[in-house]
Amino acid sequence: MAKRYLLDFEKPLVELEKQIEQIKELARDSEVDVSQQLLQLETLAARRREEIFKSLTPAQKIQVARHPQRPSTLDFVQMFCDDWIELHGDRNGGDDMALIGGIGSINNRPVLMLGHQKGRDTKENVVRNFGMAKPGGYRKALRLMQHANRFSLPILTFIDTPGAYAGLKAEEQGQGEAIARNLREMFGLKVPIVATVIGEGGSGGALGIGVADRLLMFEHSVYTVASPEACASILWRDAAKAPEAASALKITGKDLLKLGIIDEVLPEPSGGNNWAPLDAGNTLKEAIEKHLNALLQMPEEELIEERYKKFRVLGKFIEANNIEEIYSEIPQKTE
Amino acid sequence: MSLIDWFAARRKDQFVGKVSQDTDEGDGLWVKCSECSQVAYRKDLISNCNVCSNCGHHNRINSDERINIIADKNSFEEFDRSLSPTDPLGFKDRRSYADRIKESQAGTGLRDGVVTGICSVNSMPLALAVMDFRFMGGSMGSVVGEKITRIIERATLENFPILIVCASGGARMQEGMLSLMQMAKISGALKKHKEKNLLYMPLLTHPTTGGVTASFAMLGDLILAEPKALIGFAGRRVIEQTLREKLPDNFQTAEYLLAHGFVDVIVKRKDLKDTLTKILKIHGVKELAKTNI
Ligand SMILES: [Zn+2]
Repeated sequence: MAKRYLLDFEKPLVELEKQIEQIKELARDSEVDVSQQLLQLETLAARRREEIFKSLTPAQKIQVARHPQRPSTLDFVQMFCDDWIELHGDRNGGDDMALIGGIGSINNRPVLMLGHQKGRDTKENVVRNFGMAKPGGYRKALRLMQHANRFSLPILTFIDTPGAYAGLKAEEQGQGEAIARNLREMFGLKVPIVATVIGEGGSGGALGIGVADRLLMFEHSVYTVASPEACASILWRDAAKAPEAASALKITGKDLLKLGIIDEVLPEPSGGNNWAPLDAGNTLKEAIEKHLNALLQMPEEELIEERYKKFRVLGKFIEANNIEEIYSEIPQKTE
Repeated sequence: MSLIDWFAARRKDQFVGKVSQDTDEGDGLWVKCSECSQVAYRKDLISNCNVCSNCGHHNRINSDERINIIADKNSFEEFDRSLSPTDPLGFKDRRSYADRIKESQAGTGLRDGVVTGICSVNSMPLALAVMDFRFMGGSMGSVVGEKITRIIERATLENFPILIVCASGGARMQEGMLSLMQMAKISGALKKHKEKNLLYMPLLTHPTTGGVTASFAMLGDLILAEPKALIGFAGRRVIEQTLREKLPDNFQTAEYLLAHGFVDVIVKRKDLKDTLTKILKIHGVKELAKTNI
């Protein structure tokens, strides 16, 4: 296994893991039976890990969500199906490698899958643009979704982006327009759509493939209206306040379930999805199966209407004719 | 004095008071243009739709002023005045969201950053949503999203065309993901409006950015914009940081978007009503009987 990338709050585990490695090496070079010691240390390490990951702060969850070895869209695709064919291009002069898509089948059910694709290292990230799609990426996604619509393929989307790309070309090519069009057109698709935030759900760039009948989120994934860094520098006038912003913005699965925005939080293996990608794959595959089975029972019109209603009810406000009931102090203060 | 009356009175006061904020020349009879420094008689500026007669600079106007320019006299019927923001996340940065709401409400006489309703434009019906930048930078939270969705639904039901006057810094971060979801909610409502072959036009005014640009601002059948308005998805500074190079001077202006194919027509404020009238007529919008509105 490649060397694991450790997050700062995982550092207490480093010493334990070093010891485990040393004992293993010792055992290889000698006849000494170390299995007892090894078991003890490994149990301890597992327990520590569980403790740490049970009480992650939102800011720490962001780190897990951005972990370079966290399973990506293509990892899930690979775990889900053997007959995957990636499809390329926006038919408008480009193929965005940060938002990929294709066809395949899961348990013999043909589907369209698409999602943001981050790289594992700098070299890959240059190609993948750190998972930040350009307008062409969103247009490719829409083209593929409309294709799925014609051939009755359920749509699975995987959200994992810091945000839509902010750049000169992206603005010239209509980043806003590309995302906006997806939002509108996804409401009209007659096939079930299940979206999952597998890592980072960054604002409009995430929502651009996120209008779905079911929205799922992994336990340590985050979904946010603005990056905590940007939010902190705007509202707190201090980017260093990002951890505070991360808490205030309510970006975890648990928070978003409470707000009615997502439908289910998928548990992660202790240590996060990067510790046991196959477990993560199984969890997601089962969840998708369950939701697709329910959604495929619904007539098309009902599916579309329910999708509309799902978003229609989002928002919290007060509706009262008599504002005195709510803000009775305003006139005294200002008059 | 009832509170509603108090708000109404306050809004009337704001009508004139606003100009001084944009031109920082105090409350006097004269105002200096922030672009060309020409000094103008305040009354003249107001009668010229708050556009500088020398350089054509379009000063920011509030929702009342905008409605007066578009709607036939006394034809505007406001809906959903009773919607007020709440503080769903208990959000506090340097100040609490609850305080920011109260301050904006007291300062503007509005309950949130959009005024919606139906009016007539040279006797043709038009559903109208006008964002008001004074209210927390026109940011879009639950109330803005709900009111715009409701007016779109109403227009869909009654077969009315819609104009949304955009002026927004983007999503209202203090409402977290609920504000992001308004983008989807409004886009869904526009889908239904479009499916009935009804006409939707956004008018992009200074500034139209972020989540508003990535939703209803760019979904118009026809997209109108005011001269020189800043329109964009990402902020200029963010882009400069990523690119480490200088951006063109006219980057993200209405004229720039027109040149790149994302705006149909740039309309000077004094031509707005005429242009709307022509467009509505050409699209077969029938004049209302006077009693209908
Ligand atoms: Zn001037």
